Amino acid sequence: MSLRTAALSLARAATRSPFSTTMASSSKTPLEDTIREKITTALQPSTLEIHNDSHLHAHHAAMAGSTSRETHFRLVITSPAFRAHRGQPARHRLVYGLLRDEMAREGGIHALQLRTMTPEEEEARREAAEGAK
Amino acid sequence: MFSRTIISRQLLRQTSSIAARPAAARPAFSTPQPTSLLFRRLLSDQTRQAIDKAVGSAPVVLFMKGTPETPQCGFSRASIQVLGLQGVDPDKFAAFNVLEDSELREGIKEYSDWPTIPQLYVDKEFVGGCDIIVSMHQSGELAKLLDEKRVLVKEEGEAEGAKTE
Repeated sequence: MSLRTAALSLARAATRSPFSTTMASSSKTPLEDTIREKITTALQPSTLEIHNDSHLHAHHAAMAGSTSRETHFRLVITSPAFRAHRGQPARHRLVYGLLRDEMAREGGIHALQLRTMTPEEEEARREAAEGAK
Repeated sequence: MFSRTIISRQLLRQTSSIAARPAAARPAFSTPQPTSLLFRRLLSDQTRQAIDKAVGSAPVVLFMKGTPETPQCGFSRASIQVLGLQGVDPDKFAAFNVLEDSELREGIKEYSDWPTIPQLYVDKEFVGGCDIIVSMHQSGELAKLLDEKRVLVKEEGEAEGAKTE
């Protein structure tokens, strides 16, 4: 990728809101839409941030030949459903399980970064951050 | 802090030699590739045994893309850096490059019930992927775990045999 196209894709990424909820039939973000739909249905999250970091990885060797703009995602999920899942591996497996098809198929999600919290943990985190100020 | 940096460099150097070693600590993954889709989705006994052996080959085992010296993925790189910062003893560490073997690459996902690489094992127990390694590093949980499992390089002065010159 040339510097010019890199800058262009960066500019595009900067204008895309991670909270966009438009569900047009010809969506430019079909994977993001699917992620939002599946996680919202299954986990009833109080916070759901979906960050598309694909542009940061577009030049990686593993992405050679890929035309998808939806390969790398970073999710922040706060859900009461995580109360029943102590330990990060169990929570991550839960989310991976919801997106199993999207991760397994060719041209689907290549990388998925997760931060999973219960509402209580999110609150504690916020208080700790406040206290540190 | 300074000694940790040295330790991490040492870790990287030594682990890369482990990873580069052709067959010594590494199980043979050159088993015939099953061709049917059905078989590809099921972990063969042979693959499972080979991965069992890999997981047990050292107290700390990282399945990664690339080698510790030249990771081929940012998440693998971050993970190896964290282990270096923690001061993991190179003698107690092994890295396996999943890019070298497609059977390992697919097999480890099913083996761990975990769809992404890298994957960290400590004492044959699955710890997690990059996000978990980094968050445990930040929270201090990783230092506690590695200390409990006695897999860190000993601090100066408490080295074994120090008193028995």
